[in-house]
Amino acid sequence: MLREKYERVPSGCAVSGIMDRSGRRFSGNDIIQSIALMRERSNGLGGGFAAYGIYPEYKDHYAFHMFYDDEQAREISERFLNEHFNIAEAGPIPTKKVSSIKNEPIIWRYFALPKEEKLTSSGLLPDEFVAQCVINLNKKIDGAFVVSSGKNMGAFKGVGYPEDIGEFYRLYEYEGYTWTAHGRFPTNTPGWWGGAHPFTLLDLSVVHNGELSSYGTNRRYLNEFGYECTMQTDTEVVAYLLDLFTRRQGMPLEMACKIMAPPMWDEIERMPDDDKALYTALRTVYGKALMNGPFSIIVAFSNGMVALNDRIKLRPLVAAEKGDVLYVSSEESAIIEICPQPDKIWAPRAGEPVIGMLEEVKA
Amino acid sequence: MRQLPALCHFLPYTCSQVTNPSIDPLREPMELKTYLGRKPDKLEFDENGRLVTKLTPQLVLNVPIMFSAMSFGSISLNACESLARAATQLGIYYNTGEGGLHSSLYRYGKNTIAQVASGRFGVHADYLNAAAALEIKIGQGAKPGIGGHLPGEKVRAEVSATRMIPEGSDAISPAPHHDIYSIEDLRQLIYALKEATNYAKPVIVKIAAVHNVAAIASGIARAGADIIAIDGFRGGTGAAPLRIRDNVGIPIEMAIAAVDTRLKEEGIRHQVSVVAAGSMRNSADIIKAIALGADAVYIATSALIAIGCHMCQKCNTGKCNWGIATQDPQLVKRLNPNIGARRLVNLITAWEHEIKEMLGGMGINSIESLRGNREMLRGVGLTQKEMDILGIKAAGE
Amino acid sequence: MKRVYALEEYCVGCRLCEINCTVAHSESKDIIWAFKVEEPRPLPGILVEEVKPISFGLQCRHCDDAECIKSCITGAMHRDERGAVVCNADKCVGCWTCIMACPYGTIKRNEDKGNVVSKCDLCPDLPQPACVSNCPNEALIYVDRG
Repeated sequence: MLREKYERVPSGCAVSGIMDRSGRRFSGNDIIQSIALMRERSNGLGGGFAAYGIYPEYKDHYAFHMFYDDEQAREISERFLNEHFNIAEAGPIPTKKVSSIKNEPIIWRYFALPKEEKLTSSGLLPDEFVAQCVINLNKKIDGAFVVSSGKNMGAFKGVGYPEDIGEFYRLYEYEGYTWTAHGRFPTNTPGWWGGAHPFTLLDLSVVHNGELSSYGTNRRYLNEFGYECTMQTDTEVVAYLLDLFTRRQGMPLEMACKIMAPPMWDEIERMPDDDKALYTALRTVYGKALMNGPFSIIVAFSNGMVALNDRIKLRPLVAAEKGDVLYVSSEESAIIEICPQPDKIWAPRAGEPVIGMLEEVKA
Repeated sequence: MRQLPALCHFLPYTCSQVTNPSIDPLREPMELKTYLGRKPDKLEFDENGRLVTKLTPQLVLNVPIMFSAMSFGSISLNACESLARAATQLGIYYNTGEGGLHSSLYRYGKNTIAQVASGRFGVHADYLNAAAALEIKIGQGAKPGIGGHLPGEKVRAEVSATRMIPEGSDAISPAPHHDIYSIEDLRQLIYALKEATNYAKPVIVKIAAVHNVAAIASGIARAGADIIAIDGFRGGTGAAPLRIRDNVGIPIEMAIAAVDTRLKEEGIRHQVSVVAAGSMRNSADIIKAIALGADAVYIATSALIAIGCHMCQKCNTGKCNWGIATQDPQLVKRLNPNIGARRLVNLITAWEHEIKEMLGGMGINSIESLRGNREMLRGVGLTQKEMDILGIKAAGE
Repeated sequence: MKRVYALEEYCVGCRLCEINCTVAHSESKDIIWAFKVEEPRPLPGILVEEVKPISFGLQCRHCDDAECIKSCITGAMHRDERGAVVCNADKCVGCWTCIMACPYGTIKRNEDKGNVVSKCDLCPDLPQPACVSNCPNEALIYVDRG
């Protein structure tokens, strides 16, 4: 059987996300508790977390979380990293033995900055340089996998139930202002740690419940802009699309969401002229970036979080607010579990993004 | 080659089960609207989030199907009118072919694609400006590499006036455009047409599916065409020379896949639209062509069959029993355009329903998510090489 | 009032209108029976005029100011409640004055049926005249052109 990296595996899932818009940091306990409640939605074959604000001491360094199948892969990868980066600190990510978590890879973390001369000779901005390096590492070094590569953030994932994964990585010891989590129900048993969510690119992390019927189209579209979809997962497509629109094309986040889950043509027909022209142009130009099929996704990045549903709400998504804290989840119960009395709780409409931004960014 | 079974027969498409719900088009919206034309790499917005980019002119199709080029002369005025009326009613386009536009058909201009072919018959400023889009025909799937020949007996008063040639004279289109001997000449013609119409209409370039179609298509895209139409070897006409019809060209499925892949690799696929033509016999063929990378399709033979063609293959004699490929007034009146248009509308509407059903089955509710979505297809009974070219996996993989 | 109009540009001269008129006015309403068995066979109220390539089906125009009604000596020719010009066979004596008066030549002698005239009656028992329903090329239309 092909390992997941080489074959696309459909899966059902649970997703959850918490963000404190004031930037206050809190431990990983809440998110573990929230995702644990939705145990029924996953089957122990994948779980993971993304956390933001967890490395204040290295907030300007790119934090690489790596999986290695063996020592050889680690050596080759470290040679690659040393060649391109100045590494400030390197070491295994602290874990705790949990009986249900088996076959873990070698898990390391590096805090690094790109070498000046490499940046100059490649002519790339640091972000783009790191993105290229990540793509190369994943593609070219067999047995190595970049779990996350953003600044002041990290992804922690593996094969197992998410609450066990949380314990395994000792997430209760970290503090972050945004946490997202994922429990997975894949339809076969690849048992590959890299296949779990969240999927990340730089500081962007995606947890995703659903399956993209438009995967083939989206992927070919991304190919044209130089994105190689090496992972064969739908989630990768979501991350790359967002990266393309928001980082490379500099589009507002709302607009990017409207490309991925646009209004129906008959709805556009009824809009005022300005909007009609805008949405017609969006759909005309970015038709191949439309994400079709059922999905609810939570995307987190350094200064915010966005949750988005497909155009006809084929997957569940609930959002809630209490003070500065924004909650999004597959199920209302998973929010109530950690926040029994939210100020406001609602089910976002199909295709309507729920966006939370850090206060400091807004101002 | 004609005896080969169509490639479409070896390409089953998929549908959703369990992990992904299929969508019921009777209950949920199902979108087939298609915009053909040149697209920018990205849209620009001002600081208030308002759109700054102006889109170049686009063709808007309610269904991704158009009626392919059939000239007035090769087919009767009543047949042309049937196509024009049906296109208007359906919100799609029909193509004049190389026959010019009869004065009575100018009122359907909004749904007309005006063709400019090597003979330049009936081409003048009013003709170009009356249409919604212009098409430069380089080659035709039924007879790639050769020109056209409308026998003098078909050139009666109306045809003569429309084509601007003497009555009774043979209308011979040369094999090449004698002002296009290379790609830069094509560029000149594309821009000459754009100048003539004030850049208000998209320009289509139509080529036959031949061995190096991918490279040619890429050249055409770079020469400034907004839409590339590719005509496969099964394209029909009863008037093509037998040996050419049966031996030149490649299957449209291969051609579309090769062109889509090449344009993708060059990073320009999203800028141009690709139209597949030749041998679209039913809605499943259309679904497969779109999944292989086409934006829309051209149909001609199926349209003619809908209005009464019985494929008796004697178009060249001018004695079409059904009033389609003839100019004999006694025969032409056998085709009532009211009936013809209605039947065409029925055909396209039925195909539209079928396409929606198939899309829904795949768990897709908008046709753009099928474009180039080769995950939706698998190959049965094809060689690995063929599947590689088509960019698909084998069934069961 | 709705009348039958011929679209000469689409009439191919197949004469199915004549045949179906006969069938519609037969006892059996069956095409084989009407032509092979029934005696006398009804006359068609429509006649295809043809000089190729021009042809069209012509039947009574049901004129507003009908010469046939004015000329009828017994009052057999009259306008019914639909506005159609029809002949009451019980009153008709076969004087043929209407035939001479009709400017279109659409009234015929029916010598098989007691010397009365035969003409289009716009098929009072059918939703629309049989000739219109059965024209294969829609070259006959039944519309109100005022």
